[in-house]
Amino acid sequence: MVENRPFAQFMAYLTLVIGVLIVAFPVYLAIMASTFDTATIINGNMPLIPGDQAGENYSRALFYGGKLAREPVAMMMANSMIMALGIAFGKILISILSAFAVVYFQFPFRKTAFWVIFITLMLPVEVRIYPTYKIVADLGLLDTYTGLIMPLIASATGTLLFRQFFMTIPDELLEASKIDGAGAFRFFKDTLLPLSVTTIAALFVIQFIYGWNQYLWPLLITTQSSMQTIVIGIKKMITTTDALTEWQIAMTTAVLAMVPPVLVVIFMQRLFVKGLVETEK
Amino acid sequence: MAGVTLDTVRKIYAGNVEAVKGVSLGIEDGSFCVLVGPSGCGKSTLLRMIAGLETISGGEVKIGDRVVNQVEPADRDIAMVFQNYALYPHMSVYDNMAYGLKNRKTPKDEIEKRVKEAARILAIESFLARKPRQLSGGQRQRVAMGRAIVRKPQVFLFDEPLSNLDAKLRVQMRVEIKRLQRALGVTSIYVTHDQVEAMTLSDKLVVMSGGQIEQVGTPSEVYRRPETRFVATFIGSPPMNILPGTVEGPGRVSVGGQSIAVTDMREGLTPGSAIEVGLRPEDVQAGGTGASTLSMDVDFVEELGATQLFHGKVAGAEFIVQASTGQLPADTRKLTLAVDPANVHLFDPQTTKRLGRV
Repeated sequence: MVENRPFAQFMAYLTLVIGVLIVAFPVYLAIMASTFDTATIINGNMPLIPGDQAGENYSRALFYGGKLAREPVAMMMANSMIMALGIAFGKILISILSAFAVVYFQFPFRKTAFWVIFITLMLPVEVRIYPTYKIVADLGLLDTYTGLIMPLIASATGTLLFRQFFMTIPDELLEASKIDGAGAFRFFKDTLLPLSVTTIAALFVIQFIYGWNQYLWPLLITTQSSMQTIVIGIKKMITTTDALTEWQIAMTTAVLAMVPPVLVVIFMQRLFVKGLVETEK
Repeated sequence: MAGVTLDTVRKIYAGNVEAVKGVSLGIEDGSFCVLVGPSGCGKSTLLRMIAGLETISGGEVKIGDRVVNQVEPADRDIAMVFQNYALYPHMSVYDNMAYGLKNRKTPKDEIEKRVKEAARILAIESFLARKPRQLSGGQRQRVAMGRAIVRKPQVFLFDEPLSNLDAKLRVQMRVEIKRLQRALGVTSIYVTHDQVEAMTLSDKLVVMSGGQIEQVGTPSEVYRRPETRFVATFIGSPPMNILPGTVEGPGRVSVGGQSIAVTDMREGLTPGSAIEVGLRPEDVQAGGTGASTLSMDVDFVEELGATQLFHGKVAGAEFIVQASTGQLPADTRKLTLAVDPANVHLFDPQTTKRLGRV
């Protein structure tokens, strides 16, 4: 824009700042709440500047847990991390392979295979929750990481994403590889994979956060507290029947639950942008 | 080194579309063969069949003495340069050129020697560490050729390699390709729709149309003695003028009542029968006199610098004449064209075949 209108610009920035404040305030509140003791929060006069209980709250939450549900948050985070990473990597692996098959190989019922994969888009976990539970239970996978991860890997989003990306890669690249003596696997490893880094990063971010935030599925298939994920942990801390809710611990846990997804986004975003700038076909 | 032999090669796509209809062609070892034709004439398909990128529906493709119909592209001992270069975007120039050799388990020092050598020939030594996106179109083109050279193949295949370059660079690269091919002496097959490229590059020119070969010959043979009306109008720029005429007698035809003499005319044509008379714009003399002349109504003049193109009508048909600038005033409305009997081409209106001496 060539024109310079200071007032309009000021209004635009003001609107954005107000927006950011509205979105950021609850997060700020949670972080502040994690630095006070129960009494301060409960009496309703919590100051907006940090208190002095941060060290106490975080070490207690991480290694000891709430008063009633005594699972250390560190363990829940480990569970969540295993689940989220399992889903992200598992999904990337099967998606990229299935897209590779669908795009680059001629086999009978290729179209059918693609459409079968496509249809699973219309059947997210929530829709097929009973049959999926039944299968996982019959396989004896309740309270296992496999049971937590596997059903959430099976959906078409990643396959579609990679398929669309592969379709933009010129055929000549495949042909040049053929003439250069690269077989299917080598073409995949030497050409397709390096070109897909950006797409892989995108899918990783989406799937990691998707996996980390799962609530319904872990709630259904985990019964032992040692298999509990952090999202369920937070919920458990808030709904206490007899005792006073330990809000400072719940908030601490919530803040801790935010950290890995935020780190993933921050770290992956750099890779993202790098990939976007570098990619040229 | 090896020649390439095609024996009634066919390509039939699903749905019974016949893209290549039985092409037979012998390409001598070390020669530069150009396949030229309009888009959809099957020239690229033919090249891709030689490369092994398309299956062969019928016939036989031989590289040297080996039938390669069932051989994988990598094992055919060919190298191909693509229209969009098809460089691996994530690899450096060096790796792009070395990739094929690495896959063949060539020793490292040998790879380095060959890549350096090719880079020297193509003057791209200073770019070896760069990625393709950091190169200009012409440089990418060189890398693509470098990738072909390092393999030391029996045959080079070029699929319209210059189409993505601007006009000036195209001329420059054309000369370089020709020079390179001469120096390396590798059999080359080159596909293009550009007849200037075809004429200038080829030792053997193959004009294709509708999945078939129209004519094979040296560029000058094809230009001087086109075998069909298609070849006559396709090779040469501006294209050959085709006029409707009738046979008068041996060595004479008439165009719109104007009688002209013809040297190369088949014997025994029935007087009075229809015939097509082809005249190249550069072969008729505007404003000339002589035994054979045609009169032309001029519509407009195109200035090309050294020459002028007079557009108009002769005997009701579109006609273009080329004349040196300054030879005729630009506002000329009527022209008399002197026709050299040796430069008249006759074609059968039905079969479109040349009606020259047998």
